[in-house]
Amino acid sequence: MELTEFLRYGFIQRALIAGTFIGILCSTLGVFLVLRRFSLIGDGLAHATFGSVALALLLKMSPLYVSIPLVMICSLGILKLTERARLYGDAAIGVVSSLGIAGGVMLSSIAGGFNVDLFSYLFGSVLSISNAEVVISILLSVLVILIIIFYYNELLSITFDEDSAKVSGINTKFINSTFVLLTAVTVVLSMKVVGIMLISALLIFPAVTALQIARSFKAVMVTASLTAMTSVVLGIVLSFFLDLPTGAMIVLINFIFFVSGLTYKRITKG
Amino acid sequence: MSIDVLSIENLYFRYNSSEVLSDISFSVKAGDYIGLVGPNGSGKTTLIKIILGLLKPHSGNISIFGKDISTFSGWARIGYLPQKMSAVNPRFPATVSEVVAMGLLSKKSFPKHMNRYDDSTVDNTLDLLDIKNLKNTPIGELSGGQQQRTLVARALVNNPEFVILDEPTDALDPEMRDRFFDIMNNLNKKKKVTVIIVTHDMGNIGRYTSKLLYIDKKLIFYGSFEDFCQSSEITQFFGEFAQHVICHRH
Repeated sequence: MELTEFLRYGFIQRALIAGTFIGILCSTLGVFLVLRRFSLIGDGLAHATFGSVALALLLKMSPLYVSIPLVMICSLGILKLTERARLYGDAAIGVVSSLGIAGGVMLSSIAGGFNVDLFSYLFGSVLSISNAEVVISILLSVLVILIIIFYYNELLSITFDEDSAKVSGINTKFINSTFVLLTAVTVVLSMKVVGIMLISALLIFPAVTALQIARSFKAVMVTASLTAMTSVVLGIVLSFFLDLPTGAMIVLINFIFFVSGLTYKRITKG
Repeated sequence: MSIDVLSIENLYFRYNSSEVLSDISFSVKAGDYIGLVGPNGSGKTTLIKIILGLLKPHSGNISIFGKDISTFSGWARIGYLPQKMSAVNPRFPATVSEVVAMGLLSKKSFPKHMNRYDDSTVDNTLDLLDIKNLKNTPIGELSGGQQQRTLVARALVNNPEFVILDEPTDALDPEMRDRFFDIMNNLNKKKKVTVIIVTHDMGNIGRYTSKLLYIDKKLIFYGSFEDFCQSSEITQFFGEFAQHVICHRH
């Protein structure tokens, strides 16, 4: 099959469009998450997403509509646990993460066991993404990216040195809350692309790859976005022609990019 | 009557059950140049963090530019340099100019985006601290002294009226340290910028500042370096020999 013929398929077009937007979104947020040493929040929220998807399937509702508000609440829960209960970030993520999985397993059991639908969310099924999901993904991605653009300097300042950011009058509580809410939306949107089990890869890999190569913060953001975009497109194309799982293929390509970045850094720095 | 830049009354701060600061009261006038000194663990950085609203005191009143700290919103008038080690992630990918530009955010309204005028303001401040040639270098690739100068530039780029610097000269070589104090002296004398410098280097700070604020969990001394050297309470506190050694270096 030729590439032009391949691109004519509606499901491929939908996968490429939604995947590209979500890839850029994940990588942009991922840079801030990695530098704030908060990257595992993706894993924690993904596990919370598992619980919310199970609930949605039990209630016979769209997982996206149920998961977005529930996972947003979980993200604020992680933030409050670190701020008020003074838990370390990883411990707070662990609490929400295990609660999400326990809830998901419990609800699946009540529903009569795991089914194919839940499995597709666990491991991703970007090729089966619907028109409505593409539209929602694009709208939310654009919204999140616009918020990041508007608050870019505040986010950069807090990521570099939160105390100094506070002293310069930045409302760090508001920015931190907004940031975890954006992460929650991103995680939910990503579950169709790479699956709940691999979401954190899409958040972490492009960021750590860019950190090997780029020499300014803006360059890191651009490189991470390009890496994510390329990996998603290549992952969809290769998985189709090689008949392999798309989510896993995207992650493996990201890993290859990361190793290449690491090698490039070693060579250029001697 | 001019308003105090900073006024602190009966300040107490506890961490868990241990008293870190007790009964601290002093005021800072516009144009004061103060060395905040004391031994390690005396509460200097804690006091600074309380003044900046980063920590809440157990009790006491703090006002900045005449406003109670709980309602104070003029943070753009203040420049702050944190202790270097806690501030910089050596792997952070920002360039020197990106870091210094962060100091301009307090004066910007939403969306806080930079423009050409900001770029030239950053360039001028980098020039002042002799690091303009490093503007595109990632901060993680700089030496300790260059990183410190970058953070000093970030504290000064906004032309603040009141500057608080926590151990600013620790990573600087003697030549750069003298240059740094020249810059601060200039800002204080010509632009009437009020300065508080935290240091544990008592002997040297007296050469530069007009007042000393000595704390050791409570306020031990607040006044001029000359008064410090002549104070009988200080003689009693430090012993005659130690006081002589500190003052002799002045």
